[in-house]
Amino acid sequence: MMYSQQIIERFKNPKNAGGLRGANGIGKVGNAGCGDIMKMYLLIDDNGVIKDARFKTFGCCAAIASTDVACDLIKGKSVEDALKVTNKQVYEILGEMPAHKIHCSVLAEESIHAAIEDYYKKKEKESRKSAKAMIDDD
Amino acid sequence: MRKVYLDNAATTYVSSEVLAEMLPCFNTIYGNANSLHGFGREAANIVDRARDRIAHAINANKSNEIYFTSGGSEADNWAIKGIAHAYANKGKHIITSAIEHHAVLDACKQLEKEGFEVTYLPVNSYGLINLADLIHSIKKTTTLISIMTVNNEVGTIQNIKAIAKTAHEYGVIFHTDAVQAIGAVKIDVQDMEIDAMSMSAHKIYGPKGCGALYLKNGIRIDNLIAGGSQERAKRGGTTDVPAVAGFGKAVEIAVRDLSINQQKLKAIRTYFIDKVTERIPYVQVNGHPHQKINGTVNMSFEMIEGESIMMLLDLDGVAVSTASACTSQALEPSHVLRAMGIPDEIAQGSIRFSFGKNTTKSDIDYVVDVLEKAVNKLRSISPITKAGRK
Repeated sequence: MMYSQQIIERFKNPKNAGGLRGANGIGKVGNAGCGDIMKMYLLIDDNGVIKDARFKTFGCCAAIASTDVACDLIKGKSVEDALKVTNKQVYEILGEMPAHKIHCSVLAEESIHAAIEDYYKKKEKESRKSAKAMIDDD
Repeated sequence: MRKVYLDNAATTYVSSEVLAEMLPCFNTIYGNANSLHGFGREAANIVDRARDRIAHAINANKSNEIYFTSGGSEADNWAIKGIAHAYANKGKHIITSAIEHHAVLDACKQLEKEGFEVTYLPVNSYGLINLADLIHSIKKTTTLISIMTVNNEVGTIQNIKAIAKTAHEYGVIFHTDAVQAIGAVKIDVQDMEIDAMSMSAHKIYGPKGCGALYLKNGIRIDNLIAGGSQERAKRGGTTDVPAVAGFGKAVEIAVRDLSINQQKLKAIRTYFIDKVTERIPYVQVNGHPHQKINGTVNMSFEMIEGESIMMLLDLDGVAVSTASACTSQALEPSHVLRAMGIPDEIAQGSIRFSFGKNTTKSDIDYVVDVLEKAVNKLRSISPITKAGRK
């Protein structure tokens, strides 16, 4: 098995590694048993645009590189557009990916979904809270 | 960039003494060892000498009990399938352990498909099988017990003599995969009551693609490779004279230098473990604390994954190996660490460091520096936290 230069480069110098202060969408997928855990942190503004995306990953080179690319792919996009990002886009950027590593790109896609889902949940909670506050005010 | 090779359990370089033994066999003594003419006899003499050297090194009763093969995997496959088939009329039950090399495990799986029954003995947290478990699993139909002498991933040494004695008390043939043991522990096939034993050249500074099966005279075995009168008509194929010559020399040297090499390796091992545990927290050493070979250290680095550690070390010129799920393609961590009861998330972060006879303390200093750097980097981007780890 050989890794592409793109994977090695991303693995060596990930651009988006680390946590994100003030993240309002955080999603975690995978488990240690199969060897990968990916945590995606999103900072989404009031217009629903992803201002920043960062990740923390437990896993192999391909897993770390995939989440790093996923962050790049969704930054600046609206939440709706970010949901359209697919694992295919991730592995195309990374060049040749060993067949048994494709699941890393799938997990990266899933981590985006998980983080956005968390964002929606938080938003719904907030709107319910503010609705409740309005009722309480009456 | 500095380069340090700590993957000697995977393979070693060919030592100059061994190479010197091999070189004339490529273009000077190039006859077919099976030919009757002078060129052939000259080559046959080289093969005979190699066979004598190996027989002597493991204290075989006769040199003709050594059969050359293409390596350890062939020897394992041959021993398991050949003995199982030869004694199939007596019974179709085989006992092995859960931590064997895949050459043994997969050969057993093939036999299961043919209708043989296989018992895979569990191991304790150190990687040792239990003699009581072994005794309880022996049946009237058991014909073969195969337990490795030294485990390739963690270096644990089994109590081979006691296992072999037990096998014989029940009239069962005993085979051992000793690929990682030659040169690391003293092997005396007569004293240890070993009936069949797999060996390999390239783990002991010999060439790749060459190994041998020791098979005690009187033990029957079916051929794995048909096609010629080579190796007493038990293993067809023109003898690889240069490789066999190198193998013979490599075994001779490995046994000759065993104690001095082990002393050096023990010092290196202790130095390495002390340095790592002093500088890197949340590390565990896997395997038996004492009943192990000195050349191999298996360590788990919590909260991070083995393949990424290995790759970061590689980028700094350090070669190690990992049996993490990500490397295995099976998406499952090492079957050895699993059998030892090590939780998956810890097993995933395991690295095997295997030292060689030329590994220096300065090499270790460099490795520990880059290892500390790699572990810190990966932990800084790991979603698993110290508090959250199990």
